[in-house]
Amino acid sequence: MTATLLRRVYFTIVALFLAAPLIVVAGVSINSRQELTFPPVGFSLAWYAQIFTDPEWRLALIHSVTLAVCSAAIAVAVALPLAWFLWRRIAPWANIFQVLGLAPFILPPVITALGFLSFWATVGLFGKFFTAIISHAIFFVTLPLVTLSLGFASIDRSLVEAAATMGADDRTVLKTVVLPLILPYLVSGYAFAFVLSLNEYIVAYMTIGFTTETLPIKIFNALRYGYTPTMAAVSVFFVAVAALVFGSIARFGDIRRLLGAMSSEGN
Amino acid sequence: MRREAPKSVADYTPLFFPALMLIVFFVVPFSTMIAVSFFKRNPSGFYTPDFVLDNYARFLSVFFGGVLGFSLMLAVLVAVCCVCIAFPFTYLLTRRPRRAQTLWLVGLLSVLSLSEVIIGFAWSTLFSRTAGITNLFVAIGLMDKPVALLPTFGAVLTGMVYQALPYTILVLYPALVRLDPTLLEAARTLGASPIRAFFNVVAPALRNTIVATLIMVFVFALGSYLLPQILGRPQHWTLSVLITDQAIYQSNMPFAAAMAVFLVLISLALVGLTLLVGRRENAL
Repeated sequence: MTATLLRRVYFTIVALFLAAPLIVVAGVSINSRQELTFPPVGFSLAWYAQIFTDPEWRLALIHSVTLAVCSAAIAVAVALPLAWFLWRRIAPWANIFQVLGLAPFILPPVITALGFLSFWATVGLFGKFFTAIISHAIFFVTLPLVTLSLGFASIDRSLVEAAATMGADDRTVLKTVVLPLILPYLVSGYAFAFVLSLNEYIVAYMTIGFTTETLPIKIFNALRYGYTPTMAAVSVFFVAVAALVFGSIARFGDIRRLLGAMSSEGN
Repeated sequence: MRREAPKSVADYTPLFFPALMLIVFFVVPFSTMIAVSFFKRNPSGFYTPDFVLDNYARFLSVFFGGVLGFSLMLAVLVAVCCVCIAFPFTYLLTRRPRRAQTLWLVGLLSVLSLSEVIIGFAWSTLFSRTAGITNLFVAIGLMDKPVALLPTFGAVLTGMVYQALPYTILVLYPALVRLDPTLLEAARTLGASPIRAFFNVVAPALRNTIVATLIMVFVFALGSYLLPQILGRPQHWTLSVLITDQAIYQSNMPFAAAMAVFLVLISLALVGLTLLVGRRENAL
């Protein structure tokens, strides 16, 4: 009995710690006047509307979404053939590319960001929007690579064998057996990369920060000149998008498995 | 279909695009950065090609030593706090029904994916005088009037623990969820209380996991580049903040690159250590 009570108290404290700053931000985002006060005075959703009506915030939103949609797509396009090759072939030296795919995510982000800054500056493309798309795609390639590797590892090889015995060639097997089986992993890999790209600040800042504003850059720039409630509204918007995306992954897939709850077969 | 070795050049085609992308846009930029760290600073532009060791020589200053020492100390503190909170929490979480676990995991992922900008802004609001937590203390009579709790070291530490805690839980989750339940049952049958079984059986069995997690969270915390800037004073700046500052505001790319190379070496050494610890665990 005491153990259950202790656990409840412990879980509540952790939940409060994780939720507290978000609750306060949600609170200040509905203040009716442009003031940083909590509990909120009055009630207004004007600051949420401003994300879409104010030209600067809207532009930042468009930049962020474009960046996230495109970079996540490229990340998946890089990760899919690589994960497939590593699963299909025995080529130990090819693992070097897996390490390269994991490295940008494990190293401190400032380092990857600085690498991109010096690279784009040297080749003379510094500040162009597409450089941020490529940079984010490489930076987040880890996520689809990990989910897809998990997906491939979960495929029962006898299924593929059966298809091959019946005369299906590599391409047919890939299209009719392998792709449908790994589709959920592909979608979650895309979703992870999308959400993280939407939130990413330092790589975006070091590649296009001087010419273009994404939402996180816009929030940070606004923060330096003082407070506007729109910042709080945008933050709530970000939390909502993340919860929605990860909630859908959990609803339509197995999020516990993605996070390593079950050891992958074939190991 | 069994795995087989590639037989012809055509078998390598799927590797072509990923390899090209990773080499051109990761290996080359990384090498460029290393090269830039030996270049000379050019105040009017970015840098001029050269081979000087000046950028590395600047490490030998008292100021740099102080920043490095502070960064390492802060990252160690964050790692220890996070693992102390997260280990019992994750253990209890893995014993909950699937639904509860899924709900928590969605919440943790949502917090983890948040931009450092948003975490910094949220905590600076929570620690502010007008909208902060101290208003709550005033309301229940603990304090006379609300005060600002930042910029302070405590604010930096809290923000960084907040940022790293979901990461810690998700790193610990696979090891704890796969823990053999008979281990605990045996301890309970022999008469150990749940708490005693946790400390005397579960924790020692996962000693290597704990060490590996400490190192991973340490590297994660080393990478924090905004929180010390938003929530702290200049003396609370870490190596990552300093790199950003040198690269962008002081436009001293070569020095920033040299510091980044140094940070890579520290991180790589520690990640290598993690792999070594992990390998020993698997060998057991």
